[in-house]
Amino acid sequence: MSIFINKETRLLIQGITGRDGSFHAKQMLSYGTKVVAGVTPGKGGQLFEGLVPVFNTVAEGVAEAAANTAVIYVPAAAAASAIFEAVDAGLGLVVCITEGIPVLDMTKVIPFVHERGARLIGPNCPGLISPSQSKVGIIPGNICTPGKIGVVSRSGTLTYEIIHQLSTQGFGQSTCVGIGGDPIIGTSFIHCLSAFEADAETEAVVMIGEIGGTDEQLAAEFVKGGMTKPVVGFIAGQTAPPGRRMGHAGAIISGSSGTAAEKMRALAAAGIGVMKRPADVVPLLKERL
Amino acid sequence: MNLHEYQAREILQRHGIPMPAAAVAASPEEARAIAARLGGGGKVVVKAQVHAGGRGKAGGVKLASGAAEAAAAATQILGMTIKGLPVHKVLVTPAAEIASESYVGIIVDRASQRPVLMVSPAGGIDIEQVAAQTPQQIYRLAIDPRFGLLPHQALGLGFKLYPGLGAARAAADIMQKLAAAVYAVGASLAEINPLVTTPDGAVVALDAKIVVDDNELERRPEIAALRDATAEAPSEVAARKAGLTFIKLEGTVGCCVNGAGLAMATMDLVKYYGGAPANFLDIGGSSNPQKVVDALAIITADPNVKAILFNIFGGITRCDDVANGIVQATSRFPLRVPLIVRLTGTNEREAVEILTKAGYSALTDMDEAVKQAVERAA
Repeated sequence: MSIFINKETRLLIQGITGRDGSFHAKQMLSYGTKVVAGVTPGKGGQLFEGLVPVFNTVAEGVAEAAANTAVIYVPAAAAASAIFEAVDAGLGLVVCITEGIPVLDMTKVIPFVHERGARLIGPNCPGLISPSQSKVGIIPGNICTPGKIGVVSRSGTLTYEIIHQLSTQGFGQSTCVGIGGDPIIGTSFIHCLSAFEADAETEAVVMIGEIGGTDEQLAAEFVKGGMTKPVVGFIAGQTAPPGRRMGHAGAIISGSSGTAAEKMRALAAAGIGVMKRPADVVPLLKERL
Repeated sequence: MNLHEYQAREILQRHGIPMPAAAVAASPEEARAIAARLGGGGKVVVKAQVHAGGRGKAGGVKLASGAAEAAAAATQILGMTIKGLPVHKVLVTPAAEIASESYVGIIVDRASQRPVLMVSPAGGIDIEQVAAQTPQQIYRLAIDPRFGLLPHQALGLGFKLYPGLGAARAAADIMQKLAAAVYAVGASLAEINPLVTTPDGAVVALDAKIVVDDNELERRPEIAALRDATAEAPSEVAARKAGLTFIKLEGTVGCCVNGAGLAMATMDLVKYYGGAPANFLDIGGSSNPQKVVDALAIITADPNVKAILFNIFGGITRCDDVANGIVQATSRFPLRVPLIVRLTGTNEREAVEILTKAGYSALTDMDEAVKQAVERAA
């Protein structure tokens, strides 16, 4: 089992012929993801790598290849429009890897996604992977192993670091989800925690947060009120100065709110095992399993 | 990207928000001329144009009687450094007579995922302070991005500021124009603090603050052109030009990491082992030697740096590529401080071999590398 993606995932890649899209399309194909369609306007009719039919629109790809999930690699200027297109075509899961979408564009995207009952993951995220089943996005498949730990994170390489610690110490993963580093994202910690709670295969969850916003604090309340599975958490940015955007658009301490200390207190108060450093992940999980 | 007050004022004025006349000066002579022209011999305010809060407390805002005093105030302020940032310009504006002060602002709110209009009859002070001390004095409204700020919504909030219809309408009109300005420039924050009433009943914006979402700059070159590179730390300007994300800090361990989250976690680990990070630097996914050279040049320009720590997680990026990048870069750019490199993931063994041969300390464990870097920087 897993959350959001599995062997049944039939993937459509928006931007499949672009530099990033084509590179990662090959990575996903070689991992075993069922890539059933690609979309690049003007290149409809081509075959990507001799395997994947390319369409001019997402609607065509859905109608002809029965795609049920989209992943977006188009440049920032066209990415919000690509999300609208995927959701409008009726796809239930849309994963947006693209970084740099203006936040005001996202304020328009989110209500549309909600109205159509779709799930958006990202933007500005590494996507997700259910090891040995399906990979949608850019998380390196070779560091993951199948298992019973759910991972949810706002980060990219820091997530890989923690997955690497898990895999090399015998803790495989059910699904790893990168929810994205932007201030407005489609899927929050709570959505993922609740999906992991409901997933029969997942036995414990690792959440990796960072400075900025209150998503981790809300997640802590959720864990306290409704989660039976153990959760351990890490917050990046304990040494970040206030008022500065730390790489991710959403990683910013506004005034005195959104600090790592405040988030770590909220996690601890909810009974979550708080990691002081990435290497604490396995010892803390062992205490709880 | 932060705009200066004078730049934000121009934008709000263009959207029809009433503001007292003002002009910007880069020298005491210019300040004197503006005071004479706009002040008519009366009182003027001289305000530092700098990207730092609390400039009033730092002495960057002065009241002057007449043109000569305005020139003297400008002389003082133009030489100042506020929170590490030098002041190159001042805004000169006639001192307004104020009957009441309130606050109007729009921020893109993460929790509601919408732009939120906030107003408060308690203006003229930091809105965070109002939120902490008298939260009941702040009124909020989430704007539906499909319809924008509707007239009745603005008028409703106008009445929260002023009981009379005339002033409430004037405030509502300003709120709608502020919302239009937010969308026109791609702002993540736009604030008028204070919005004042004058003794004759007019409603006027006395200050303006706009923060533009960096992700908007590519499609808005006219806003990107407002960037004042002289108001930023030179190392951060150089990093932006090199396509790196860099933030200078006060410590001694220079950090060069791929990925923002891992970069923050690395800085945190430096502190965990008793050191202090000299910077945040995200080198991105590239193993391009030129990026490594640029990163090293920026880090080593800081005289506080006593050791440099690379922390690379190779996923799709191959560690041996990065190792070759580091060797090439350091042969072009000799280092005067110890370099500790940690790489893990794809092809880590090959990478360690390449670096060890070149005489560098190369490790695969993050904690071990950070410990060494802290020790070498001590």
